[in-house]
Amino acid sequence: MYDVAVIGGGVVGGMIARKLSSYRLDLCILEKAHDVAMGASSANSAIVHAGFDAKEGSLKAKLNVKGSEMMEKVCRELGVKYQNNGSLVIGFDEADRATVEELYRRGVANGVKELRVVERDELSRLEPNVSKNAICALYAPTGSIVCPYELTIASIGNAMDNGADLHLDFEVKKIEDMGEFFRISSGRDTVCARYIVNAAGLYSDAIAHMVGDDSFSVHPRRGEYVLLDKECGTLVRSTVFRTPSKMGKGILVSPTVDGNLLTGPTSFDMEDKTDRSTTAEGLSLVMKQAGENVEGVQFGKSITSFCGLRAVGSTGDFIINLPRPRFVNAAGIESPGLSSAPAIAEYVAELLASGGLALDGKQDFNPYRAPMHAFREGTLEEKNEMIKKDPSYGHIICRCETVSEGEILAAIRQNPKPRDLDGVKRRTRAQMGRCQGGFCAPYIVELLANEMQIPYEEVTKFGGGSLINYNKTKGEEIQ
Amino acid sequence: MKQTELVIIGGGPAGMSAALAAHTCGIRDILILERDCALGGILQQCIHNGFGLHRFGEELTGPEYAWRYEKEVREKEIPFLLDTMVLDISPERVITATNKENGIFQIQAKAVILAMGCRERPRGALNIAGTRPAGIYSAGTAQKYVNLKGYLPGRDVVILGSGDIGLIMARRMTLEGARVHAVCELMPYSGGLARNIEQCLNDFNIPLKLSHTVVEIHGKERLEGVTIARVDEKRRPIPETREYIPCDTLLLSVGLIPENELSKTASVPLDRITNGALVDQDRETEVEGIFACGNVLHVHDLVDFVSEEAQIAGESAAAYIKGETAQRTDVKLRTDGKIRYTVPQRITKKKDVSVYFRVADVYRNARIKVMNGESVVYQKKKARMSPGEMECITLKSELFENTSELYLSLEVEK
Repeated sequence: MYDVAVIGGGVVGGMIARKLSSYRLDLCILEKAHDVAMGASSANSAIVHAGFDAKEGSLKAKLNVKGSEMMEKVCRELGVKYQNNGSLVIGFDEADRATVEELYRRGVANGVKELRVVERDELSRLEPNVSKNAICALYAPTGSIVCPYELTIASIGNAMDNGADLHLDFEVKKIEDMGEFFRISSGRDTVCARYIVNAAGLYSDAIAHMVGDDSFSVHPRRGEYVLLDKECGTLVRSTVFRTPSKMGKGILVSPTVDGNLLTGPTSFDMEDKTDRSTTAEGLSLVMKQAGENVEGVQFGKSITSFCGLRAVGSTGDFIINLPRPRFVNAAGIESPGLSSAPAIAEYVAELLASGGLALDGKQDFNPYRAPMHAFREGTLEEKNEMIKKDPSYGHIICRCETVSEGEILAAIRQNPKPRDLDGVKRRTRAQMGRCQGGFCAPYIVELLANEMQIPYEEVTKFGGGSLINYNKTKGEEIQ
Repeated sequence: MKQTELVIIGGGPAGMSAALAAHTCGIRDILILERDCALGGILQQCIHNGFGLHRFGEELTGPEYAWRYEKEVREKEIPFLLDTMVLDISPERVITATNKENGIFQIQAKAVILAMGCRERPRGALNIAGTRPAGIYSAGTAQKYVNLKGYLPGRDVVILGSGDIGLIMARRMTLEGARVHAVCELMPYSGGLARNIEQCLNDFNIPLKLSHTVVEIHGKERLEGVTIARVDEKRRPIPETREYIPCDTLLLSVGLIPENELSKTASVPLDRITNGALVDQDRETEVEGIFACGNVLHVHDLVDFVSEEAQIAGESAAAYIKGETAQRTDVKLRTDGKIRYTVPQRITKKKDVSVYFRVADVYRNARIKVMNGESVVYQKKKARMSPGEMECITLKSELFENTSELYLSLEVEK
């Protein structure tokens, strides 16, 4: 019997689980995929928004500003890359200027600090590569960037280090309220928990429905991105947005914390929650608009394109409530969900407490997690010290991102343990460089097979049927 | 810091050939740094034959070809370190490398030869729409799974790109029991060698679809199929020609890129067409004492030519180390676009020079002309030229006198 089951291993579920793991609670995270950070947390703009977008007084506005203020400390504790690079919303004409000024007023009302409107001259000093046609911009020095899947993995890892259990491949199919507790079933396994936090992203409406809450629905909104080589990562210093429209914040151009250049997203309402395909039209739109906003974006240096599905709730705001006893929704967490996640966690903890859950602080709670990139950021002496202790740190497996065997093995052994190629990729950056795993994937398959003690051909890209190899070439019949 | 006369980055065919040439010229203080667990580079996984016809007058497999060089490297006791990754080269030729035994270490080299080879262009570089399932590999990665690891990465295969590795893998996958449904090529001609089209596709009845590309990828977990389409003369897909092919594997053979990350750390200027260093006839880059050869300099058709070029780099590095001097000149080679690039790009010494180049399109009955100002100083007729086959002309030393520029152009008969 758990005290709390958190449904959903994304950044919202992860931050909630971490917060709850600081109390004396038996805790589990239920995730339907083969790894954590497999939904919107794996594919989004990676932005910590300053907080001027959301409507005054909304939950989004409140939690964004607070979450954004908390983010740097959270990232420091979890050893996650975070960079305060500032953000700009650029305008091209007088209509845009009106929007920029409206955003300024809203930001000030929301409590965003240091916000100001800059004119053409200052804009070109701040960002020399922004389009010459831009006439003004809203400048938010507090805007930042973070790695969303790293934050998710680290928060869940930290929760696990503090006692939480992670159940992967656990798709919640049925929830029964037994009066004092819930029976949560995947059809194959069952766990029991006194309280449930619903952080199931796109599927949070289905989860709420299982306990009879039909007060909202969630639909997917497609966002397509094109990621460019690190060679292009310094084209802009800050995150450059276009003035927003009804469908979102438009196509941005931003450096990532790892030094790549990210462009996107598109914004297209969908029905199918499983369709994460990119479209030819979407990718060309990204390239066209990014090129309009910033000059010199070299799409010839793309290294990958991908699609994320935002979980858009039917109410227009985050849906964080207690619709029935012992059941908390953290649903409809679209943008600025990543920015708000640390604040959402605190808010959910308060809701649980108001619903009767006793929150007693744990004496031995450890908020820190060993950074996943400690080795690569060490000095020459520190690295050599490490290699002397464990020679596998001297052996480079991923040449594009310079990732050693030691770092990969450490990641495979650290909570939450990756079980597939993409899991290793998100934790170590191996396969994430310009050759996209062409050289190193066959070695990583071997490391995974050895560590997990499974045959080479059973290693997958991301679980399920995503096999890399089918069978040995010799000595076995081909089906 | 350890001092070494000649450090060679890469122990593939280029690195080994360069080392042997320098050794023949009397250099003994050599070190080859190889990132893989064995010498030989990509030849290790090229188990098909066809290597060595020019160099040795016989058909060898990749590993056999590599062994000819490795054997000699071992006999001559030229030092090499395996499983050793170079992390940085400074313009002053300080090399930083890492391995399990030595940790991260530095070497000051008198001369450096860059011989890191090239890598394949991945799916991401193409921005093909669709999902991101398992089952999409660059042809070389699939080759590694099959030939070195002994596993079959696919059963029903479509190949995009008719570069040589793609063609070779069409045959290899067929021989291993998989079904190759089509090879699609964006261009109206193949980038591969004519003999490979014959031996790897035609002999196995594998259709080569010219002017076709993959426009969409389907499948949630493992690849389930691809949509292909014919492209117009501007290489835009024609919607009415979309065709779905069920398959579990897509192999990409869509171009090779010289691996010049380290050259950049050494501030070596690159040619934006070849993606390799700008070099003179000695294969010396614009950074003194740093030479380049093989596929890191420009992508070659045959390993035989890689070995040949590496020999030039090895000999030149030896001459540089020994302080040998020659009569200097400075002539830039410019091209007309039909000739896309030349290697070398610049002539700095008065001697006969073989100039290598590729053309931009398929040309018949073309005349290669070299101009010094208004006067034609060299010409040669060719019945057929294509981007897939590297061309070579030899220019006599006297052409490099009293000029600062020669212009190479192609005259195509209507």
